[in-house]
Amino acid sequence: MHDTTAAHHFHAEKNKTVGRFFEHNKRSVFYVALILLFAAFPLTGSSYWIDLGVNIGFYTLLALSLNVILGQAGIFNMGHMAFYGVGAYVTAILNTVWHWPVFWTMPLAGCAAGLFAAIVARPIIHLRGDYLLIVTIGIVEIVRIALLNDIGGLTGGSNGIFGISRPVLFGFKIVKPIHFYYLVWGMVAVSYLLFYMMRRSRFGRALNYIKTDDVAAEGCGIDVAHYKLLAFVLGATWAGMTGSIYAAKMTTIAPESFNFMESCIIFAVVILGGGSQLGVLISALLFIGLPEIFRQFNDFRMLLFGLAMMLMMIWRPQGILPMRPRLYAVSKKLFSGAKESTSKGQEKIA
Amino acid sequence: MPLLKVDHMTKNFGGLVAVDDLSFNVEPNSIVGLIGPNGAGKTTVFNCITGNYTPEAGSITFDGQSIKGLRPHKIVELGIARTFQSIRLFSDLPSIENVLAGRHCRMKAGMLSCLFHAPSQKKEEEASVERCMEELAFVGLAHHWQDPAGSLSYGNQRLLEIARALASDPKLLILDEPAGGMNEQETKALVDTILAIRKRNITILLIEHDMRLVMKICEKLLVLEHGSLIAKGEPSSVRNDPAVIEAYLGSDANKW
Repeated sequence: MHDTTAAHHFHAEKNKTVGRFFEHNKRSVFYVALILLFAAFPLTGSSYWIDLGVNIGFYTLLALSLNVILGQAGIFNMGHMAFYGVGAYVTAILNTVWHWPVFWTMPLAGCAAGLFAAIVARPIIHLRGDYLLIVTIGIVEIVRIALLNDIGGLTGGSNGIFGISRPVLFGFKIVKPIHFYYLVWGMVAVSYLLFYMMRRSRFGRALNYIKTDDVAAEGCGIDVAHYKLLAFVLGATWAGMTGSIYAAKMTTIAPESFNFMESCIIFAVVILGGGSQLGVLISALLFIGLPEIFRQFNDFRMLLFGLAMMLMMIWRPQGILPMRPRLYAVSKKLFSGAKESTSKGQEKIA
Repeated sequence: MPLLKVDHMTKNFGGLVAVDDLSFNVEPNSIVGLIGPNGAGKTTVFNCITGNYTPEAGSITFDGQSIKGLRPHKIVELGIARTFQSIRLFSDLPSIENVLAGRHCRMKAGMLSCLFHAPSQKKEEEASVERCMEELAFVGLAHHWQDPAGSLSYGNQRLLEIARALASDPKLLILDEPAGGMNEQETKALVDTILAIRKRNITILLIEHDMRLVMKICEKLLVLEHGSLIAKGEPSSVRNDPAVIEAYLGSDANKW
């Protein structure tokens, strides 16, 4: 009887494998279409819309980086703008004072943000959700006020820093919004892919276990504090690199761009996304795009936006697209091997 | 040399002494049962060994190394794996991914090779999935590999926890009420599984309330009451120990 059930499962498995092939291709078609759509968008829009597209791109990058921390590892970080700010200021200072090209400063901006995150997060990373949240709010405020107070005479106080030069990529100077559009969304695509690969690895799984049940994760042999810190530093590094491009796009940066309210928006984008990267992308489009589309309603637009958020909370509290469990490619051979060893195990026991 | 040596261990919770000056040894390749009435401190003993609690006094030596005060993940790395009394699976994740959690500490891929899927990472990932499938097959859950852990029956969830613990290549496996919530048939199968685990040269320390199971598979019993040992030895001698009968009288005594 055991044999027939095993055979039945084996065939079911084979059908599943075939189904998975189509599902995989359906996915590729979807992503190719999505990329084409994003690539074609500037060809139709006015410069206003392209600028909005760039803006959404920055928010998407920030949300994707926060998604590693909040969506994957479940660490409540409401101070993400602090790391964005550190990255932007590192680029601004290196560029305006020492005239480093923007793209050279980018890895450094990322590292500086990552290092800053490691230093501030190390003593607090073991805190439980809500407590950590409060501390991260403190971090973003401290950074903003520090920048405002012209730390070391480098940050320019409340005026900020202006005159940041445009980035040059292989001799091509990136100036127009349309250039920035492709640069930023290209970075989104690369980040999306890298974080997708990360999720399908030991590291991504560890974060997921920690988010689900950190006691069980620790009990299974996962160094919870270490992985939480790694996720935090990785997300902050990404935010720092994004800040670098932001500084080059704006050419002028000021402390007020990196405030608590902006951190809240990024936080809300990730929560609304529901944990999956596609969810975060859609959520960023809605969150930043919708208020612009509602502009014709003038004073009512934020009201409508608030209403949309409330309805969302009622009807879809888990977010737009929650994370789907990963499909593991257990080959046919492996499955039949496992079947064999099951019966062998049974024999051994009998 | 004993595999695990607990020496004069004491654990307090505020004014309550949960474990009181407890000493015992676990010999390699044996099956040891820790029994006692509810609230005797059995799970506290386990939590001290696995690093979830740090005892106030005494020492815990595993494989010749002191493990007192080490963090739980470090202790798993050294070779002590556990299951939980109240099942703690990642219930939304597929069974195979639950087992992979146990495999994590034996994998080496760093953050960067995980981000870029380096060839070594891919190879390791494949080997690990294969190994975890073997563990699933070992406990008889291979055909459930893609099902969310939460969708399995209670008994199967307990087996999945055992598979997850086994995936970390333990020398000592600690089972906290492995037969809890299982029916008679499942318990019988569990006995076979535990015996098969021992055949793999894995030492087993278990808490269990099902006395028939305990008497059947344990070579040595430790009886705990109010945090201290009241009897130890072979099941047959412990069964007739007056102190043990006294401790169980009125509740489980007639079950023996």
